[in-house]
Amino acid sequence: MKNSRDPNGSLDMSSARLRRPVGVAARRESLQLRKGLRTVDNQTTDDGQRTTDIGPMLTELLLTTCARVLSGASVRWIDCQPDTCQRVYFANHTSHLDMLLIWSSLPNEVRELTRPVAAKDYWDRGPIRRYMAKTFNALLVDRKEIKVHQSPVDLMLREIGSTHSLILFPEGGRSTGETVGEFKSGLYYLSKKRPDLELVPVHIDNMNRVLPRGEFLPVPLLSCITFGPPMWLEAGETKNDFLVRAREAVQRLKEVD
Amino acid sequence: MVREDWALAVVVVTLLTIATVVGQIVKRQPHLGLNAAAIDTFNRRVRAWWVICALLAIAFVSPTLTVALFGAMSFWALREFITLTPTRLGDHRALFWVFFFFTPLQYVLVAYNNYGLYSILIPVYAFLFIPARIAMAGDFKRFLERVAKIQSGLLICVYCLSFAPALLYLDRSPVDSASNARLLFFFVAMALLAEAFQFGWSQLYGRHVIAPSINAARTWEGLVGGSASAALAGMALYWATPYNEVWQAAFMSMVIAVMGFAGAMTMSAIKRDRGVRDYGTLVEGHGGVLDRIDSICFAAPVFYHITRELLQ
Repeated sequence: MKNSRDPNGSLDMSSARLRRPVGVAARRESLQLRKGLRTVDNQTTDDGQRTTDIGPMLTELLLTTCARVLSGASVRWIDCQPDTCQRVYFANHTSHLDMLLIWSSLPNEVRELTRPVAAKDYWDRGPIRRYMAKTFNALLVDRKEIKVHQSPVDLMLREIGSTHSLILFPEGGRSTGETVGEFKSGLYYLSKKRPDLELVPVHIDNMNRVLPRGEFLPVPLLSCITFGPPMWLEAGETKNDFLVRAREAVQRLKEVD
Repeated sequence: MVREDWALAVVVVTLLTIATVVGQIVKRQPHLGLNAAAIDTFNRRVRAWWVICALLAIAFVSPTLTVALFGAMSFWALREFITLTPTRLGDHRALFWVFFFFTPLQYVLVAYNNYGLYSILIPVYAFLFIPARIAMAGDFKRFLERVAKIQSGLLICVYCLSFAPALLYLDRSPVDSASNARLLFFFVAMALLAEAFQFGWSQLYGRHVIAPSINAARTWEGLVGGSASAALAGMALYWATPYNEVWQAAFMSMVIAVMGFAGAMTMSAIKRDRGVRDYGTLVEGHGGVLDRIDSICFAAPVFYHITRELLQ
């Protein structure tokens, strides 16, 4: 099911890394830190938390299998490889299944460290949604009341610490899927405060036909998820320029064959 | 299993082994100057045949399982078809019914051998339902075109293909399920062989391309030579079929070859219109089910009905 295609990816990546030596160092450091943390995690689970973990594990397996079968998604990595380094995956948003789909298309070890950012007003309603959000390890953000002292960006940064990655939908809501909508500014502030985060554009194709806005029954067409080359906030880049560039990065993945 | 079953198994395995060996040898002989892409296509095809033949062996054990298998194939082929076809938001509910109601129901009816109903379920009831449901969704833009697209997808991928497993339930005076399973095997094997023959004839003697803008590989020489070779192969396999005369096996093989050709041409035309080469390229890693079964889809209903007449 997984298909990583990487014609000249290594080249691109290395040049990108050359441009940003600081980012690489920070990433290495965080990788080591994470490895340390993960062994600790394993030990604690070995000590006897297994029984409580079975439920979410099964739910996770069920959800990822359902998402894959229903969306028939083929996953492509273009000029980018799955990695446990800290990343922000940002994608176009056309259907309720998007979050689940990106999350389940990541390899297990990456998925464990990745938290989707979701709207609190939707995922906090009702016990089933709440349970699902817990399974995803979702980071619920209040879209209605954004206060100065608890801005979503600060919340995200606090929650991911130096180990986790994020899945973001910067359009701020679902679009029809024909074009990618305007991006909200969260992505910009996020990378301004944490310039070492790799920003990975993701394009989800055809999900607007599988489960369009306003429909509740999916039609099992084949969709395609494309992960693109990572990008960073350039020095001195304005908010507007950056958001336009990020949006184009997603849009461009649609045309890649 | 009776003697014919074993003989058929031996023949099929031998043929597939020969095809595999030839494909691998040719691949390792670059000095022959043959088209490398064509050889790769051939080798991929041979691999698919191995899978298809292995799956068809199930038909000897459980007809119901075979029906379910073809149902899954239909479902996947329809997915590929509709994915490639631009639909609008207004078609969503109709598509839901197509995928989750009409497709399974067709195969359930086949499994219960309800010929009277499954032979009209899609061309009558589904074809009336789809435009009505789309109209109720309230989007009239290019209405007839959208209806026709969904209808042809359902007809080709589901209705036509379902006649292949229906062969297993063919009523004959002495009911003989093993012989019906051999008939299905014969049908699929001939469809694959005819395709290979047409490919070979086109490559070797092809001069007059039938429709260059649609499929540059299909030639008149390929069609005529391929059908004639298929007829000969059908005569050679006569002992495995339930037909009463040798000419019947030969004639049915020719029918399969011609219908398979028609199916491949139709699918090529659809693919050209959508600007893709293979259904498989759209969904990377899924290897295009529709590319493999296009000839079977067209041949199955015709084969079923003529065989039904011949065996009565």
